[in-house]
Parts: sequence; structure tokens; C-alpha cells
Amino acid sequence: MPDLGKYAGEVLTAYGVTIVLLVILVWATRARSARVKRRLEEAEARKNG
Amino acid sequence: MSIWEYANPHKFMRWSGRLLPYVSAGAAILLIVGVAWGFFFTPDDFRQGSTVKIIYLHVPSAMLAINIWVMMLVASLIWLIRRHHVSALAAKAAALIGTVMTLIALLTGAIWGQPMWGTAWAWDPRLTSFLILFLFYLGYLALWAAIDNPDTAADLTAVLCLVGSVFALLSRYAVNFWNQGLHQGASLSLDAQENVHDVFYYPLLFSIGGFVLLFVALLLVRTRTEIRARRLHALEMRERMQN
Repeated sequence: MPDLGKYAGEVLTAYGVTIVLLVILVWATRARSARVKRRLEEAEARKNG
Repeated sequence: MSIWEYANPHKFMRWSGRLLPYVSAGAAILLIVGVAWGFFFTPDDFRQGSTVKIIYLHVPSAMLAINIWVMMLVASLIWLIRRHHVSALAAKAAALIGTVMTLIALLTGAIWGQPMWGTAWAWDPRLTSFLILFLFYLGYLALWAAIDNPDTAADLTAVLCLVGSVFALLSRYAVNFWNQGLHQGASLSLDAQENVHDVFYYPLLFSIGGFVLLFVALLLVRTRTEIRARRLHALEMRERMQN
């Protein structure tokens, strides 16, 4: 861990906020993708079966 | 073969599915290298101290916030002129990513500004146009959510995107137009006198590359999801008509 001096709070907060927002964005994207894909497969199966 | 054939939904699903693993891997590698290099292995700035490390997050997210809106503008124009559904869905898919990038740029800028400027916020031309851009992103998402008919939603959001482009351009050039306010000029410049020092420049390039590839990967996944959602909507409408 580098010595961030008197601005450690600001630097760590900036990195923390960014990582949290990016993780939420990636998670939400993957979750919706999986949900829509599953629902489409079910609808296609109903149509063909 | 015309370039427009790649916008055919079936072809888009095929080529984007092949491309996605490589783009995702590239995004992960460049992001980890750029951010870790910047955070752990670069020195403090003689004036900014360790807060200079925030540029590896702030500059890429601010660049993307503006350029994602420009990408949405191009996709919206293609929709309005050529009526390619994939372009309208790509603009919709990009909007949430742009919203998050704008929020990251605003928050990291405020966190950096408090110790460096003595205030987290000022009604400076660039900061204000960035805040308005963020509100346009929210309005764009709300408009898509409020309208049931996808083609009408694509038309109206495309018009909103044209109007919001004024603020995307202002966000980029406000510093040059007004030459006032707290925000400094561009961190990256072709002029060696204005550019950041090499010790910060190279990790910043990796970080920018990582953010760009992350955007492309998320855009591909979200556009594929929108194409599937459109097909699902059509199937469910057909089922309802038959019952």
C-alpha cells in the first residue's frame, strides 16, 4: 500500500466509489442479460412446443 | 458486402458473441494494469500530492461520459435516417453506462476538488455543463422507460439526444469557450508543454484503454440483451393475441 499522506481519505474514497459503481453496473448488466435470455428461451419453447 | 449488413440483428448477435470474450479480457487486463500502475507505482505530484492518483479514474470516466453521448448521437441519427433497429437499441444500451461514467466523473472530481480548490462544487462552465449532461442522461433513460411503443420511444429519445448533444459538446469545450472557472484544461494534449508528465501519462493511457474496452464490452452485452428483449416482447404480444 503506497503512503497516501494527508490525502489518503480522498484518494481511497474516490477509488472506493468508482469500484462500487462499476461493480454494480457490471452486475446489473449481467443479471438483466441472464434474465432476458432465460425468458426468451422459455417463450421460444412455448412457441415451438 | 455493405457495412449496414452488420446491423442486421442476426448478424450482430453472431459477430458480437464471437468478439465479446476478447473485448472483456482486454478490458480486465488494461483496467487492472492501468489502475494498479497508477495507484501503486506512480509518485505524488509536487502540488497535488497523492490526489493526482484520482486522474486514473476521473479522466477516463469524463472522456467516456462525453464520448458515449456522441456515440448515442450517431446511433440516433442512423435510426432517424435509416431506421436500423440495432442502432436505436445500441443508443439505449449505452445510456446507463454513460450515466454511471458521468456520475463517477462528477464524484471523483468533487472528491479531488475539495482539497485542491477548497470546494467540492462550483458553478464553473465545465462542471455545470457536466451536471446538465448527467440530467440529460437521466431524462433519456426515463423517456425510454415511460413509452411502451419501442419505435416511438426510439424516435423521441433520438430527438432528446440531439438536444443534449449541445451540453455534451459544452462539457468538452466549455473551458476553451469561456476561458474562466476553476476547471483546468485537458490533461492529455498533443502539446508537450501542456501534457501531463510521462510518469503519469503511460498508466493513464492504459486506464483510458481499459475504460474504453469496458464500455465496448458492456455495450455489446446490453445491446444483445435489448435485441433479445425486443424479440421476447414480440413473442409475448403474439401469445396475447392468440389467447
